[in-house]
Amino acid sequence: MAILEVKAIEKSFDNTHVLKDINFSLEKGEVMAIIGSSGSGKTTLLRCLNFLERPDKGTIIVNNEVIFDAMDPSTQKESEVRKKRLHFGLVFQNFNLFPQYTVLKNVTLAAELLAKERSDYKQNKKVIIEEIQERGKTLLSQVGLSDKMNFYPHMISGGQQQRVAIARALALEPDILCFDEPTSALDPELTGEVLRVIKGLAERNTTMIIVTHEMDFARDVADRVIFMDDGVIVEQGSPQEVFANPKEERTKQFLARYNNA
Amino acid sequence: MNEITIIISRLSESFMLNCKLFVLTLLFSLPLGLVIAFGSMSRFSPLRWLVRTFVWIIRGTPLMLQLIVIFFGPGLLGMSFSWPGGASGRFVAATVAFIINYACYFSEIYRAGIESIPAGQYEAGQVLGMTKSQIFFNVTLLQVIKRIIPPVGNEVMTLVKDTSLARIIANKEIIMMAGEYTNKGLIWPLFATGIYFLIFIGVLTILFDWLEKKLSYFRV
Repeated sequence: MAILEVKAIEKSFDNTHVLKDINFSLEKGEVMAIIGSSGSGKTTLLRCLNFLERPDKGTIIVNNEVIFDAMDPSTQKESEVRKKRLHFGLVFQNFNLFPQYTVLKNVTLAAELLAKERSDYKQNKKVIIEEIQERGKTLLSQVGLSDKMNFYPHMISGGQQQRVAIARALALEPDILCFDEPTSALDPELTGEVLRVIKGLAERNTTMIIVTHEMDFARDVADRVIFMDDGVIVEQGSPQEVFANPKEERTKQFLARYNNA
Repeated sequence: MNEITIIISRLSESFMLNCKLFVLTLLFSLPLGLVIAFGSMSRFSPLRWLVRTFVWIIRGTPLMLQLIVIFFGPGLLGMSFSWPGGASGRFVAATVAFIINYACYFSEIYRAGIESIPAGQYEAGQVLGMTKSQIFFNVTLLQVIKRIIPPVGNEVMTLVKDTSLARIIANKEIIMMAGEYTNKGLIWPLFATGIYFLIFIGVLTILFDWLEKKLSYFRV
C-alpha cells in the first residue's frame, strides 16, 4: 500500500507553468530521489507537498487520506493544513535553524509548542517536557551531535547545522521526510557527513523524498529515481533503470552532462 | 550662590516635564508602533494604504506643527472635544502628539526589521506545524528585536531632545525655563540645559550598549 499518492498536480506562478500533471506514488520505507536541472520544478514539487505552495490542481493522499485536494477548499483551511503538513518533514537547502536557540532547543521547540495543545499538558507538564528533551537528545546523538547540544547555530559548521536540521525535522516523527538539496549550500568537504546521516536513515527504512544534485548519492541510496525536466516527470524507475539504461533522450542528455562534469 | 542653587533647582524641576513626556511617549508609542507596522504590512490593501498615508503625513510634517494642530485644532474646528484647561491640558495634548509622531517612526523601524527576517525562518516554523503567532513570538520576534535595537536607540535619543519642542504649546520644560532667564539677561542657564540632555543621553547610550551585548549570544 502506498504511503503517498500524488495525482495530477499542476502549479503555475503568474504565466510560468512550473508543474505539469505530476503523478507518482511512494511506498512506506522507500527512498525516492528527484533529479533534474535547475528550474525543472523539483523544489516546487517538494514545497507543494509541504504546503509551502498550494497546487492549482490535483490531489495529495497520505495513508489513504486525502490531505490536499485543489477542488475542495475545506482541505486548504489554515487549521487543517497545520495538522496535515505534519505528515511531512522538510530539510531546507539553507538549514534555516533558529539562530537564537541552542541546538537542542532547535530540535525540541516545535514539539514543546505542540505539547501545549494536549489536554493533559497542565497536569503532566514536567513529564511531557522531559520526554521531549530526551527524544531531542536521542535524535542529536543519532546525527552525531550530542556534544554540540548547548551550542548556538552560528558556532557550528554548515554540515553540523544541516544535521541539526535533520534531527529537528525528525522530532515530530513525520511519515515522509523531504530534503531540498540538503548539501547544495555546503562546502564539498562537509557534504559527506550529511549524506552519511541520510544514508543511515535510509537503512532504518525512513520514508524519504530527496531532491538532489548528488548523482552518486542518489544512485546509492534511492529505491526509486524521478527525473524531472521543464515541469514534467520525464522518467521514473529504479536507479539501475534511470542511471544505467535511461529510455528518454532528455534523461540521457542530462546524465551525460553530469558524467562529463 | 543662593541664586545659582535656585536656578538649578528650577531647571531640574522643569526637566522633570521633559522626563515625564519622554517616558509616557515611549510607553505608548512603542506598542502603538507595532500596531501601525502590522497595518502598513496588511494584505488588505485599503487598510495598508490608509495606514501608509497616515504615516506619510506624520513623518512628512514637522512635529512642531503637529503639536500646534493637535492642541489648537479641536477648538478652531469648533469640535465639542477640548483639552482640559491649564497646564495639565497642554501636557496631555503634547503627550498625544508625541505618541502619534513617534509611533509612526517606530512602525517603520519595526516594518524594516520584520521584513528583513529571511522567509526561510517563517517556512521552517510553518513546516514544523507552528501557528502564525507561535512563529512570530517564538521564532522571529527576538531576531527582529536584535536587528532594530540600533535604530530604535537612535530614535529614543532623538526623543529625549525633541521633548523640548513641547514648549511651543507653553509646556514649561527645561529650555523654556532657561529662556526666561535669557530674557532677563542671564545666559548660562541656557547652556546648563545641555548638561541635562548630555547626562540623559549618556545613560541611554550605556543602556542600549548593554542591550546589544545581551543579545550578542546569537547571530542573525
